[in-house]
Formats: sequence, C-alpha cells, structure tokens
Amino acid sequence: MPKIIVEVMPKADLLDPQGKAVANSLNRKGHTEITAVRIGKRIELHYDETPTEAQLEEAKAFAADFLSNGVIEDVVAVTVEA
Amino acid sequence: MLNKKTATNVDTTKEAKNTPDKHQPWKELGLKLEEYDEIKTILGRRPTSAELAMYSVMWSEHCSYKSSKIYLRQFGEKVTPEMTKNLMVGMGENAGVVDIGEGWAVTFKVESHNHPSYIEPFQGAATGVGGIVRDILTMGARPIAVMDQLRFGAPENPDTRRVVDGVVAGISFYGNCLGLPNIGGETVFDKVYQGNPLVNALSVGALRHEDLKLAKASNPGDLVILFGARTGADGIGGVSVLASETFDSTGPTKRPAVQVGDPFAEKVLIECCLELYKAQVVAGIQDLGGAGLSCATSELASNGQAGMRVQLQNVLLRDDSLTPEEILMSESQERMMAIVPKKDKAAFEAIVNKWEVEYSILGEVIKEPRLYINWGDEEIVNVPPRTVAHDGPVYDRPVAEPKYQKALNKNTTKNLEKAETPEELATQLIQIVTSPNQASKNYITDQYDHYVGGNTALAMPDDAGMVRVDETSSLGIAIATDANGRYGQLDPYAGAQLALAEAYRNVATSGAVPAAVTNCLNFGSPENPEVMWQFKQATAGLADGCLELGIPVTGGNVSFYNQTGDVAIHPTPVVGVLGVIDDVARRIPSGWQDAGHNIYLLGTTEEELDGSVWSEVIHDHLGGLPPKVKLQEELKLAQALQAASVQGLLASAHDLSEGGLAQALVESTTRFNVGARVFLDELEEKNKISKTAVLFSETTARVLVTVGREDDVKFVGLCEQRGIPITRIGVTDTEPTLEIQNIASWPLATLKAASEATLPELFA
Repeated sequence: MPKIIVEVMPKADLLDPQGKAVANSLNRKGHTEITAVRIGKRIELHYDETPTEAQLEEAKAFAADFLSNGVIEDVVAVTVEA
Repeated sequence: MLNKKTATNVDTTKEAKNTPDKHQPWKELGLKLEEYDEIKTILGRRPTSAELAMYSVMWSEHCSYKSSKIYLRQFGEKVTPEMTKNLMVGMGENAGVVDIGEGWAVTFKVESHNHPSYIEPFQGAATGVGGIVRDILTMGARPIAVMDQLRFGAPENPDTRRVVDGVVAGISFYGNCLGLPNIGGETVFDKVYQGNPLVNALSVGALRHEDLKLAKASNPGDLVILFGARTGADGIGGVSVLASETFDSTGPTKRPAVQVGDPFAEKVLIECCLELYKAQVVAGIQDLGGAGLSCATSELASNGQAGMRVQLQNVLLRDDSLTPEEILMSESQERMMAIVPKKDKAAFEAIVNKWEVEYSILGEVIKEPRLYINWGDEEIVNVPPRTVAHDGPVYDRPVAEPKYQKALNKNTTKNLEKAETPEELATQLIQIVTSPNQASKNYITDQYDHYVGGNTALAMPDDAGMVRVDETSSLGIAIATDANGRYGQLDPYAGAQLALAEAYRNVATSGAVPAAVTNCLNFGSPENPEVMWQFKQATAGLADGCLELGIPVTGGNVSFYNQTGDVAIHPTPVVGVLGVIDDVARRIPSGWQDAGHNIYLLGTTEEELDGSVWSEVIHDHLGGLPPKVKLQEELKLAQALQAASVQGLLASAHDLSEGGLAQALVESTTRFNVGARVFLDELEEKNKISKTAVLFSETTARVLVTVGREDDVKFVGLCEQRGIPITRIGVTDTEPTLEIQNIASWPLATLKAASEATLPELFA
C-alpha cells in the first residue's frame, strides 16, 4: 500500500527522558558502547494510489503543524514509500 | 573530572577590561540602559558576556521582584509577635516554614508557571509541579501533597481546549509519577485569560524541626556540588524571556525556550536528598529553577555572606556544544546544588552513587564575598554575589487608578432583572450550577491521584485538602487556595481580602486552625500604572487582612506581564491558607452523609450580587462592588466551627462562596447522595432580601452546616453564645431529592448528572 512516512524527533537540545531511560537500560545490559538513545515517532499515512507531489507537499505542511509539536519536536523526514 | 574542551572565543574578565567599548546585547537580554550602566558601575568595567547573562536573568522581574519588592515588604512589617511565634523561616527563603507542634514543621508555597504553560501546556504545567516540589525539598522537607490553581480562557474558544488538555495532562503526569497526592485547587474559565492562562502550582512538605535546611554557603572550604540531571540547552533564557516579557516581542531563538521534565528522575532526587539530609552531610542546599546556575551560585554565596570559586567546565552536560553563558542560564530540570563539608565528601558520594544520581564538584566556598567562575584557565565571572542575587534594581513604579474604575464601580447589578417566579429561580439555579465555572470539576480532578501515599484525609471536591504529615502521626494540615479575578477587577484591595477570607473559611470548615498564608500574585504589566495600582491595592489588602486575622504570610510569588497584547488579566491574587489539625480523624466533611440532620446557615445574607456568578452567568455583567469583607465575623465563625468540631457537634460544614447558597446546597446533597428539604422564606424575611439574593448572593462569612438531633441544642447554644447568626433552613432526608420549598424539587441523580456533564461536553 502506498504510504507517506513522517518521522518526528524530539528537538535535539531537549531532554528525552524516554531515550535516557532506554540508554541506561542498554548500558546496564552491558552495551556500554551506546552513549545515547533518542526516541521519536514514525507516522504512516496510507493512500490508495501513490501520493502525488502535491499530496506530499500537503503532508509536509500538516506534518509540521498537526502531526508534531513544533515547540518540542522537529519533523526530520517526510517521504513517499510506494 | 575536567572535560576536555577548548576555550575558544570566550569573553574573559581580562578581555572585558581591554575592550571597554564592545557592543553588548543588553537590550535583547531584557535589561534597561540604566541597569546595564549600573552593572558597569558595580564591576568598574563592562561585564563579560557570562556576567551579562547572569545579571540579565537575575535582574529580570521574575527573579528580582524589582517592581513588587517595595510592596512585598509589608507582609513582613504588618505582623505581631503572636503571628510570627510559630514561624521557623519567614519570607525570602525558598519557602516559609511553620512549626505545627509535636516536633513537626511544614513548609508550603505556590508558584506560577503561566507563560511556559501557554507555549507548551503539557511540559509547562509538568515542570511547574516539578519546580515547586524542589522548592519544598530544598527546605529539608519531604513533599507530601500538591495542588494547582488554574485559569483558562473562555471554554467555547477552540484554543482553550488545547491549553486545558495539555495543562491537566501535564500536572497529572508529573504529580502521579512522583507519587504525590493532588488534594485540591481551582479551575476558572474567563476570556481575560485567553492568551495568558494562569497555571499556579502549590506544594506542601513536612519535616522534623532538626531537619530544616537553608540555602546558604557560609563555611570556606566546603565543596560546591551540582547533582541530579545533566545540564542541557533547555529553557535557555526562559526566565528573562518567557517569564518577563510578552510573547509577541520575542524574536526567533535557536534554542528551545521550554524545558522537558522527567518525574522519575525527580523522584530519585527527592529520596536521594532526604537521605543526604538524614546523614547530615550537606551544609546548604539549593534547587535549580529559574535562572539555573546563575541563581544557585549567587544566592548560596550571598545568603551565606561568603563567596565561591567555580570551574564551569566541570558541569556535566547533555550536549557539548553549550557555551559558558548557556550553561549559566540553562533551566534544565531535576538538578540540585549542595554545599558539602570536605570531611563529608565520601559519605555524600556514597549516597548519590547508591541512588545512581550523577554529580560533579564545581568548586568551593571561599571567605571573600566574591563569586569567581572560570572556564578552564580563563576567568569569565568575577562579581560580588549580593549584587547579582539580592541587591538588584528596585523600582517604585508609577501608579494610577484605572480610568474605567469609577464607571465600573457605578455600574451595579441593581437594575438587572431578578428572578421572581419559582420557574425563573429554578431555571437560573440550573444555569448557574451547570455553568463551566460552577459545574463539577471531576473531569479534571479525576485525572489526578488524590490518595497515593495513603495520608489524604480530604481532597477535591471538599472545601480544603487535608493530609496527615506522616503515617505515624494523626497530626495533619489542611490547605485551601482561592482567588476571584472578577472581585479583584472591581476592587483589588477587597478582592485580595476576599480571596484570603474564603481560603481561611475553607480551612476552618474542615476543622483545622488557620495558621499561615502563601500567595501567588498574578497581574498584568507593572509598566502600566493602572496595573501597578491594582497590585498596590491588592498587596495592601492582603497584608492588612492577614494582620486582622492574625496569620502571617510565609512566602509567595509574583507573576507580572500576564496579558495578551495590551489587555491585562483581571488582578488574580491567589491566596493559600494552611491550617493545622491535631487529629485528622476529627475532620469535618463538606458533604451531607446522614438523613434527619438539621441544616443551618451561619452568618447573615445580604443583597450582594455585584461581581457574582449570577451576574456573570445570567446577565454577562461585571460591575459594582464585590461583597463586603467581614474579617471579624470570619474570625468568630472560624472559632465557633473549631469549638463545635472539637466537641464533635458537626456532621458536615460547607462554605458559601461563588454561586451562593444554591451552589452549596447542590454540592452538599450531590456529594454523598443525601437529599434535603429546604425552606428559605424565613431567611428572606429575616434578612430582608430578594429571592434571587437568598439563592445566589455571595455575602461572605457564611457557612452551611448539618447537625445531628442529639447535638442540636448544644450547637445552637454555642452559636448564640458566640453571637453567630444562625438560621435553620431545612433538614436532610432519606429521599434522594433536593426540594427547595415553593421553588422546585430535583432528583439528586439529575443534578449530579447535569453538573458532571458540563466539562466533558466541552473538553472530553
């Protein structure tokens, strides 16, 4: 099924408590080579047909103002997956 | 321990001497030209950029109280020795501490997190809880409860939902994760808060007398240790930009202006700190809140009349790209600074390591009252700490009574159409009790944990929240907070006193003895003389009121610049009263629990509808003068309630406030589904008032109580002896119905459902 994938990450400068907790657990399991973990979200928008360029642009727009919280998150990628 | 960083482009004190004329962004950092010049005079040179960052945040309105200081002094001056005899720590510390007996003390405080909560409601409200809890922890206390005072815009405005959802979720997330019961608070909707919601957070903590801690660094040689979360780029400039200027004036910033909290890290920090206190290895402690390291270092040194030498490169960072200025200003959450004697270093390290809390030694306390901060080998700060922390600018700003004030006060409710027929009165009653401000707040408070810890004796929707100080003691404290912005707008002096009177009455109805006051004064811009007049009036009213009631202000917080564009919010002085109860089992519930009890209204009802909920909901009107303040009657009433409570005469007590008698009747019956037959004709005749006033007047110094038959004679005698006006207005009933004779009768299920439907319809 054709999709648009939106990837959202917490802003680089902000604390990511979830990532921190996971990093601590990994370290505790012995994976001390991992210095940090940051956790974002992946959002799939499903379409019947492969999305057009215009639909991708539209998705970028609502990725920025609806699917993410611009105060604490960044949209890092909006891509079509056929 | 020293991080390997190269000091590139660092503005040093040497550089500052050599380049006296270098342009500095003092204006962008929120300083006035006179303030910038004052810094140059203090230092005898231009400040380095790190010093400028420190002065700018510490001299911001939020940290320095520069516009409010001259008015806040009266809270310390209008007192009697009797009032302060139980005060272990007064104003000026992180929170006031009150001796409540049996070797216990409590500390409580309320603080605003208004501006961050508008920008990012969830994190703003969550970190507001985290911040106030750390203030309490800093005094040596174990935090035992929280409360929140919320004011949002008009309920039907779509943006209100965004703010309500985020704020409520943020409070419940942080508080529930910490395991602290949320025992009460307020939720008010008014369009004046549309672009500027008020999110005030209160916390209370309990400590043994000997565990009291102060934020000071006084012994040379003691170590300065930063522990808790790492320092990141969050909330940089949050203090000076977010808390002190309006939103539209801020330019784009590269760094995020908000902070993200981690309640689990805070929980570990709380337990870690309490163990450090118990082991007696800290000589002084300070939380890092607004202004971060700038505040903690300068305040600790200034309070201890000493100095400090700090190596800033020892600060553990989340992100190595932070500049020294950013490290000094960062408001990363869940951090504390401890002053530790060298001999206790090993013990300190053992405890923080046990809790897996990261720490780093930044430097040490020195005798010379000077704060030196180095970045590697370069000196970037060299200042007298007092000038940063305490001797900031103080302004006596112009005040002017608002031009609209007289017309507003003349526009009374006298000519508004009043309900006369039973049908009209019944319709208005339902309109009022289901209006967003009067309807059940369960939708919000059900998202909070009220009982975690098992020490909660009373919580929402009771008039006051009550908790035991500890599971081994029956000693408890009750807290109520109140503010009515509409009253404040009509008369800020009376408005502040009415908030005090209501909180005082709420505590008294729970059976506790009012003991201390805290406040969070939310106002518009101090640069507007009309706002400054409101502030002047409100602070005078509160100080005079506290003196008359004989309870001291132990601390508080001022939040200015609460406005959207040029329009200020209504003056909203949130007043919190703390009471003490020797045995929480003796608490008085606010709801009716048994049939066959007599219902008495204590106090006199007057025709006071100006500023009332009735005038707002039925006529969308605000004008006239708020209800009269009757502090002597409040005192007598509180003493009578206490005497009755000690003798076990009261089955319930509920204070009358917004929405008047009608509101109290609906709340008391629906609480535990105990009906009542009520007759109001006698009240109408005795007090010579209209039917509308009988139901909806907001006259103060009134309480609704129920008394069992066996205690009836004794209770009536007690009131008469003390000169408390008492009118029997009905009897509780097995039938689950509220029947108001000659007006209407409602099944309680209908009333409850209607009251509980309002907020979910708007926000769920």
